[in-house]
Amino acid sequence: MKNFFTTDITNALIGGLLIGSSAVLMMLFNGRVAGISGILYQASHLKLESLWHLAFIFGLFIGAGFFFEFNQVNYPRVTATWPYALIGGFIVGFGTRLGGGCTSGHGVCGISRFSPRSIVATLVFMSTGILTVTIMNFI
Amino acid sequence: MKSMHIVTSLIAGSLFGFGLALSGMMDPAIVKAFLNPFGEWNAALAFVMAGAIGVTAPAYFFILKRDEPFFDNTFHVTHLKDIDSKLIIGAALFGIGWGFYGLCPGPALAQVFSLQVEIFVFAAAMLAGMHVSQKLSDKF
Repeated sequence: MKNFFTTDITNALIGGLLIGSSAVLMMLFNGRVAGISGILYQASHLKLESLWHLAFIFGLFIGAGFFFEFNQVNYPRVTATWPYALIGGFIVGFGTRLGGGCTSGHGVCGISRFSPRSIVATLVFMSTGILTVTIMNFI
Repeated sequence: MKSMHIVTSLIAGSLFGFGLALSGMMDPAIVKAFLNPFGEWNAALAFVMAGAIGVTAPAYFFILKRDEPFFDNTFHVTHLKDIDSKLIIGAALFGIGWGFYGLCPGPALAQVFSLQVEIFVFAAAMLAGMHVSQKLSDKF
């Protein structure tokens, strides 16, 4: 039987549980969806009303930073060079804004309230993600 | 109320960032291996989504029955129902970018303190993409 899990699934599962807990806190206390692309877009207006958006994003920085500091491991290195980052980043930003969400907003929060839009969006971005990687591996 | 929003967001954001770091989502190589079921597949990241939805779905079920959240007077969830071309095209493009570079918005931002130049380029391009997209949407 082929091993389909070449990295730690326990870490993946616990990481997912923590991400879910974060989404639960945001809804229970603030009544907000923990959708990163939406939060980032709102934060980028740098207005007084967008302070909580900025706080959430700063939290992302320090939560991840704490993990790597605490475990004495390095951040995963990105290997693709900056022109790839430029293209990839732009498409991700453009697409998430147009589609109203990303992996967190649609994939976690939207699916969790059984939103048909989010279920469709998740199926679509998973499919095109797989398609892109598959094609790139052929080139 | 407003200051409490900020406190919750900071805590929730940190939890989210820690979870992302632990999960493997911040490593483009692991992400690309996850999006590669027709090649050398690493399905581990399926557990991230399963874990996250496993917590969020049952919790939302009870939370959204409440009249309001603790620090606000309404739940800010969209009631859009239309599965329109914007949703499909937007999601399709997002998936292409995600597969192309191996980072979605959360993990890209959580990478900021790694101080890799490519991350800053990615984040800046992502913001630009969002604003261009919004401008175009407003126009048409």
